[in-house]
Amino acid sequence: MDADFDAIVVGAGPAGSVAAYSLAVAGLNVLMIERGTAPGSKNVTGGRLYAHALERVIPGFAGEAPLERLVTRETITFLTDESAVSVDVASDKLLKTPSYTVLRAEFDAWLAARAEAAGATLVTSIRADEPILEGGKVVGVRCGEDSMGASVVIAADGANSLIAQKAGLRRELDPSEMATGVKCVLELPRGVIEERFNLDEGGGAAHLYVGECTKGMPGGGFLYTNKESLSIGLVVQAAALARSPHRLVDLVEDFRLHPRLGALVKDGRLVEYSAHLIPEAGLAGMASPVADGLLVVGDAAGLVLNTGYTLRGMDFAMASGAAAAEAVIEAAKVGNFSKAGLGSYVDKLNRSFVMRDLRTFKKAPRFLHNKRIYSDYPGLVEDVATHVFAVDGSPRLPLRKVAARAVGAHGGLRQLAKDGWRGMTSL
Amino acid sequence: MTRMSIEERLAADKHVVDEGTPHIVVDVAACATCTPQDCACVKACPAGLFKAQGDTVTFDYAGCLECGTCRIVCFKKAIAWNHPEGGFGVEYRYG
Repeated sequence: MDADFDAIVVGAGPAGSVAAYSLAVAGLNVLMIERGTAPGSKNVTGGRLYAHALERVIPGFAGEAPLERLVTRETITFLTDESAVSVDVASDKLLKTPSYTVLRAEFDAWLAARAEAAGATLVTSIRADEPILEGGKVVGVRCGEDSMGASVVIAADGANSLIAQKAGLRRELDPSEMATGVKCVLELPRGVIEERFNLDEGGGAAHLYVGECTKGMPGGGFLYTNKESLSIGLVVQAAALARSPHRLVDLVEDFRLHPRLGALVKDGRLVEYSAHLIPEAGLAGMASPVADGLLVVGDAAGLVLNTGYTLRGMDFAMASGAAAAEAVIEAAKVGNFSKAGLGSYVDKLNRSFVMRDLRTFKKAPRFLHNKRIYSDYPGLVEDVATHVFAVDGSPRLPLRKVAARAVGAHGGLRQLAKDGWRGMTSL
Repeated sequence: MTRMSIEERLAADKHVVDEGTPHIVVDVAACATCTPQDCACVKACPAGLFKAQGDTVTFDYAGCLECGTCRIVCFKKAIAWNHPEGGFGVEYRYG
């Protein structure tokens, strides 16, 4: 089959658009195929974007991109039926490594438009059905009746990547390695958000919740402030959910209505309800990202890192898109789009934060499967915290006894020490 | 604040349903070997589109959020899953 394009990028999310942008800037002839009516219309984030990866590709992007709020407060909360015990970080130091809350419909459309402005061609409302193989090499994609040829195909088609699977690079997804994210966008006036979350004008809050919200299942809750809305929702391991007595549709509503969240989300009008899969296996879940004529980037390659206190996908997606583009540009110079010719993609990933961080935290996914984190330890923290503040004239226990009693009631010291050590060596 | 049913929540979304072609097809025979109350799809579908009703699980693809959870959790591998045709399905305006 003839190559109509130097590269076809399947999916105009962050990974695909960064790849297409970088290729177009280098003068290559690029086609982006998006199945939604517009880029972003199929995409969901919790959401927060760590800025560093896109900053390297489009310096100063924050000045023009449709971002919601600069995150100025980070809060992690242990949640039980009745109680919330939080660590709240507000510091100018957070601003040295900026991150922004985002909504993807607008953001992805902007990024894809940047790729178009650089010279890439975007087609929307077209589903790429499968890679076309000739002699074991990917030479294009089939979209319904149409076939389009390219020297290289970049699969940026997200967590469910059917392109990577059909090309034999990705095995069936395992529910213990995937989480389902579900989100409500609640509309609220700008000033109300800033007042409730104690934010300066334009500042943003990122809240993570551990415990009751997932009924002890691996996962957590999130609450992000946008300009004029809140993004609130849950991420729960799919395998745990499948065997639980609970329905996710109920859990997400329980969380929104949790008494400790009431004052934050009150009167927020639901304007969207969304869901998405998240590949959470880290290094172990990675697809093989390169084959003859094919590169796999972003969620499609399983490039997501969950440490419990950060959940990163978009910065990995963008960095992998940029690395894939560089590899294609090098391959184009010598006209070799074989697996070996495109192999520098893997070297570039290995040298970048993408693989370095995935390797550093390779034990994190297993550690985070430990149900005690979600079922026992929030209760332990609650017991200590609520006891120390309870004064009613009855004789008080010293802190060491309060702590010892709480530890005893929630798994014991031996277990806590073991889990603590595992946490220290995994996270 | 009042609890919202899943139908009320889905009504906030924009969907363009491909009436002719379901993008998710359930193998009814394989599905029937599951106990409806224990079905993974019933628990995990964030849109509540799989419903345990008596001895069976009913499913409607209209309202699907296209996450792919049903595809990976089904104990019986009874779900043939694809993205909807281009331009159809959920259309996120916030995301």
